[in-house]
Amino acid sequence: MSNTMLDFVIVSIALLAIGIYGMSVKRNAIRMLFAVEMIVNAANLNLVAFARFLPNSQGQTFALFSIAIAAAEVGVGLALIIVAYRMYKNVDIAEFRSLKG
Amino acid sequence: MLHMADAVFLALAVMTIGSAIAALEVRSLIYGSIALMGTLGGIAGFFLLLDSPFVAMFQIAVYIGSIAVLILFTVMLVRRQLIFIKIEDPRRRYAGIGLMLVMMLALGAVILASGIKSIQTDEPPVDFREIGEDFLIYYWPALVLMALILASSVIGALTLARREDITNEQHNA
Repeated sequence: MSNTMLDFVIVSIALLAIGIYGMSVKRNAIRMLFAVEMIVNAANLNLVAFARFLPNSQGQTFALFSIAIAAAEVGVGLALIIVAYRMYKNVDIAEFRSLKG
Repeated sequence: MLHMADAVFLALAVMTIGSAIAALEVRSLIYGSIALMGTLGGIAGFFLLLDSPFVAMFQIAVYIGSIAVLILFTVMLVRRQLIFIKIEDPRRRYAGIGLMLVMMLALGAVILASGIKSIQTDEPPVDFREIGEDFLIYYWPALVLMALILASSVIGALTLARREDITNEQHNA
């Protein structure tokens, strides 16, 4: 193993920061979903990196659980986007206003 | 002389970070979702470098095989003009870039100040059979719960996206 753990953690931090940028700037609902996926992947990379360097098998187990949960989350998220698109004919989250007081 | 694994690591890092930026900044949503596939594939490559081939294969099967394709299909359902326009506030863009840099610097400073800088391991990687033992001996209730969550989320997504007007028309005809 020639890479240190720091390398993997730095890639994970960069991916997390890009995901946070996307969440805060973009108003397109589908692009916000992209940003969520990036943040989840950064977390998974951290889990597997720590599991490799301890070493311990449970980090990989939790990464597998996390991937499965993310799959469920994307399915429901895309269904919500499709419903909102059908109601408002738009994917801009600033246009989804029926709950706004 | 660059070590072999280091070159692979650098290439993977450039591919992952570059396609993550492209996924958010490319004008067309279709190319954006293909760039997101690049990010997810790069993460799978990192899992291979970390000697976790099982997680890497799971990542490829679940993320590239199903999630990316699902996103592509959803993008194709959206009206054509909406795929190609960028929706964002120019003022929030600079705030977002500032937030990104602050996050990177702050977390990077914390990580560099902590003790993980020197962590290296010479121990053999975990065998994937141990993951199976973990799943079936220690975490089997969580595994059952996961199956139920996946099934209910699929049912929930189908219920949400169902169009009631179509079924009514068929009923009336």
